[in-house]
Amino acid sequence: MNFRNLITYIFMVICLCTVQILLLKNVALFGVAFCFIYLLAILSFPISMRSFPLILISFGLGLLIDVFYDTLGLHAAAATLLAFLRTYWLKAISPNGGYDDSNSPTLREMGIGWYISYSLPLVFAFSLMFFTADQWGTGGLFGVLNKSLFSSIFTVILAIIVQLLFFKRRRGI
Amino acid sequence: MLRILQFLYSLRSFLLFVLLEVLAISLIVSNNSPQGAAFFNSSNAITGSVLKTRSDVVDFFSLAENNEALVIQNAALLEQLKTINSSPDSLKLELDSAFEAQYNFKGARIISNSLRFAQNHLTLNKGSNDGIKPGMGVFNEQGVIGRVKSVSENYSVAFSLLNTELNLSTKIKNNDSFGTAKWDGQDSQKTKLLYVPRHVTASAGDTIVTTGFSAVFPEGILVGIIESVNQGEDPNYLDIVVKLSADFSKAHYVYLVENSQLNEIDSLQKQSEIENEF
Repeated sequence: MNFRNLITYIFMVICLCTVQILLLKNVALFGVAFCFIYLLAILSFPISMRSFPLILISFGLGLLIDVFYDTLGLHAAAATLLAFLRTYWLKAISPNGGYDDSNSPTLREMGIGWYISYSLPLVFAFSLMFFTADQWGTGGLFGVLNKSLFSSIFTVILAIIVQLLFFKRRRGI
Repeated sequence: MLRILQFLYSLRSFLLFVLLEVLAISLIVSNNSPQGAAFFNSSNAITGSVLKTRSDVVDFFSLAENNEALVIQNAALLEQLKTINSSPDSLKLELDSAFEAQYNFKGARIISNSLRFAQNHLTLNKGSNDGIKPGMGVFNEQGVIGRVKSVSENYSVAFSLLNTELNLSTKIKNNDSFGTAKWDGQDSQKTKLLYVPRHVTASAGDTIVTTGFSAVFPEGILVGIIESVNQGEDPNYLDIVVKLSADFSKAHYVYLVENSQLNEIDSLQKQSEIENEF
């Protein structure tokens, strides 16, 4: 990763977190579909990135969102899970012949079919962890599954739209 | 020994994952206990100022609505003042001054609010510099909003009534039978009224107010109106659904109330080993 890419990644993380904190806090379509657009940052880190720093960064991002949401630990726990699973899931769905070194897992580089099969299960795992921890001891299993399913679909759709609008053909924002 | 270290090194990302997961869960647990010392939340200076700037912009669009609510409340207060002011032909006796000074009121603005989770919190733009203390009750002209959880110099964080950790001591206004209002995490406009025995005659449309037992809120602040009364599954208690009178999605300005005798009441109850609700 060269210096210019590093700057664009940092810029992307800041933008996504700002949008998440300022605009999307109380957004919930029909009371069930929440949006966690900052996950797009974790999902878009390069494929060659090692698991160890990825988990650390995700934990930090989750904690940052938690501080603003007053849900201390919820986002951190779920984002850590997402980062941990990402490495294994990327291996599991690698195309024939593996990835290029320069590949980053974005819509433009990998195509829409691959991208949905990459992001949807990961975001669903995140949502499941998040809502299970949030509703612990209050709601039933049905409520958790309901919210997780619709939130992950909504988040992935929004992530695709953001990438179509703002991500350039090759790299960066 | 070297083999063990190599083995651990090959597992390093899994170990980091487990470590951070345990850390996050311990944060969740400590953050959600009502007495927990929450220092790491939206009441710190940086987070507070970001949220305040945001709410400065957003609140501008609801000024007209807020003014209208203020006018309505002023009118209601004027109405009450008329009955309190002594007319020249009557005699007024001063009661014990301890009663008069029992409650102190303050005003604040909500700069951050959430409705959609099971544990919802509010952030207020006043802190310990303005005399806000943990444990103060929060309400607005419509009804009870919550209770202050922790305080920094310029900001404070409060439990919303929409928080499954918060118990509120309430009563049915027309027959004085008391129960506990507790949110069930489902609908942001409704709450449950627990521990009302079956012999009590409650019906839809009855008003629910605070009791004054809890030493946080004065007696008689509106909480909501009973929407339905069912027999429920519990053999001892009724299953009552209350429609909250406060609209949490539109609450912007709130009042805080402090009971100056809270410490005395608290320590007395602790001495006699009574666990009180909020």
